[in-house]
Amino acid sequence: MNSWRISSVGRKGQAGLIALLGLLVVLTSVGSLALGAAPIPPGEVIAALLGRGGVTQTAIVLYARLPRLCGCLLAGAALACAGVIIQGVLNNPLAAPNIIGVNSGAGLATAICCAAAPGAVRWTPAAAFLGALAGVLLVLFISERAGAARITLVLAGVAISSMFGAGIDAVVTFVPDALSGYTDFRIGGVKNLSMARLAPAFWVIVIALVIALSLSNELDLLLLGRETAQSLGLPAKWLRLALLMLAAALAGAAVSFAGLLGFVGLLTPHIMRRLVGEESFPLLLSSALGGGLLLTVCDLAARLIFAPFELPLGVMLSLTGGPFFLWLLLRQRRGGGV
Amino acid sequence: MIEMKDLRAGYPGRTVLERVSLDFRPGEVLAILGPNGCGKSTLLRTANGLLPKTGGEVLMDGVPLTRFTAREIARMVAYLPQSRAVPSITAERMVLHGRFPYLSYPRRYGREDRELVKKALDRVGAGDLARRSLPELSGGQRQKVYLALALAQDTPVILMDEPTTYLDVSCQMEVMDLARRLAEEGRAVVMVLHDLTLALRYAHRAALLHEGRVRRVGTPEELCAGTDLEEVMGVSLGRIETEDGRRYFYR
Repeated sequence: MNSWRISSVGRKGQAGLIALLGLLVVLTSVGSLALGAAPIPPGEVIAALLGRGGVTQTAIVLYARLPRLCGCLLAGAALACAGVIIQGVLNNPLAAPNIIGVNSGAGLATAICCAAAPGAVRWTPAAAFLGALAGVLLVLFISERAGAARITLVLAGVAISSMFGAGIDAVVTFVPDALSGYTDFRIGGVKNLSMARLAPAFWVIVIALVIALSLSNELDLLLLGRETAQSLGLPAKWLRLALLMLAAALAGAAVSFAGLLGFVGLLTPHIMRRLVGEESFPLLLSSALGGGLLLTVCDLAARLIFAPFELPLGVMLSLTGGPFFLWLLLRQRRGGGV
Repeated sequence: MIEMKDLRAGYPGRTVLERVSLDFRPGEVLAILGPNGCGKSTLLRTANGLLPKTGGEVLMDGVPLTRFTAREIARMVAYLPQSRAVPSITAERMVLHGRFPYLSYPRRYGREDRELVKKALDRVGAGDLARRSLPELSGGQRQKVYLALALAQDTPVILMDEPTTYLDVSCQMEVMDLARRLAEEGRAVVMVLHDLTLALRYAHRAALLHEGRVRRVGTPEELCAGTDLEEVMGVSLGRIETEDGRRYFYR
């Protein structure tokens, strides 16, 4: 990804940045639990978490804000890491789960699943994974066939995305109840979540993240180019497939509860690549933290700015992330670095 | 070390190499010469199994290459491709991946690997670049790092596809000197080269490819004396003896 050159920081710098991101995640998490339509002091938040707070506060913290926070952290981490993996494997900085049809594939499968069996909320992560996988495999197939020209891949992804999107619309037209809060699903958000609903996605995301981190050397090798990777003994073909399946699991799990929150998967890897370089382990780790941080901050802003009204998270994300991303692009254009 | 017999190879619908018989010998720098599109790169890629052959045989110490796994091949053959990616990682990290074929899951590089990497970087004269990020480096410096990657792989066979392209003259000579030293250690070094004078000056043997077949294999003297080079490449070479050995020049 030559267009994203940076002078990467040293190993200490990487560790420092990741520690800083971790600290920010903790701070915004506390903020996210404390702030909202009814502010709760941090001390009482902790008391509520430990089950020693007042009844109302405990209810707000445990049943309204905590699932929401966990949803943000999980979806952000999952989509950002899916973005890192997809960009690395396809060697294409424009690739991201929302752009190449992975999210919409997951969305379509979720919609079909909900339409076919309204009680099957538990199965939505599995359905979303299959949908995301279908999206990923289609894109991989096209990239192999079309010689992996970068722009072809993105165009094909856009086409697949809109086809899947039309599929979601069709399902919702025939079964209006399939996606309760259809608009929320399309925009993406973490309202009305419960810990029970998050649980299956949580396990999928945690396991997939651990596997992805353990494969970071392999991902690095793919960055050296397919030929070099293969000549170093990497079974590149299988590994690409395995990594894309991981990305599908991550994106699918996130979409199953948070809807089509796209931008975080494109934005976070690019920001982190500029901060920590392209080495996969620190990049994945910082993207997981950064993605969660970004969504938590956006969600907090979405709740606070127009309180007591709320902006959907997806809207807030695009409204703040978009300009920030453009600013990054313009900085790069002028030859400045971060 | 690597022996090709009657090899045929190519891409779907297009045969590039036909009836190629050639051996890569330990202790020798072999230069692969020939016009663009004659199959030089295909030859290297078939020799290490990146590209499956469609006929004939590739033997590694007498054993068919197809019997080995990709990892086993990676411990025997290092390959420097023509187009090289420039990811935004440090030179040290990049060279460390040369140790990849020796790792088992979950693949953590150890202290021994890091020492080998340091040696490899020092060897190519890039010890001071270890902490620098690849995109910051000049073309010549990146090439050295790629060479160090191949060295860190610590293989008896090293294949290099146009390792001197885009390098200034002194860097080209450094690369060729290094190739000679690697051969002196008993490795088989095979290089695709475009600069005939450089190739003949440094190689022990040269193979001239033309339209997918080996036209001539021999010592630089033999190639220079024959008419094949002139017929295939369209240039004729002269030779002079200097105090430092033979030098070749375009007439």
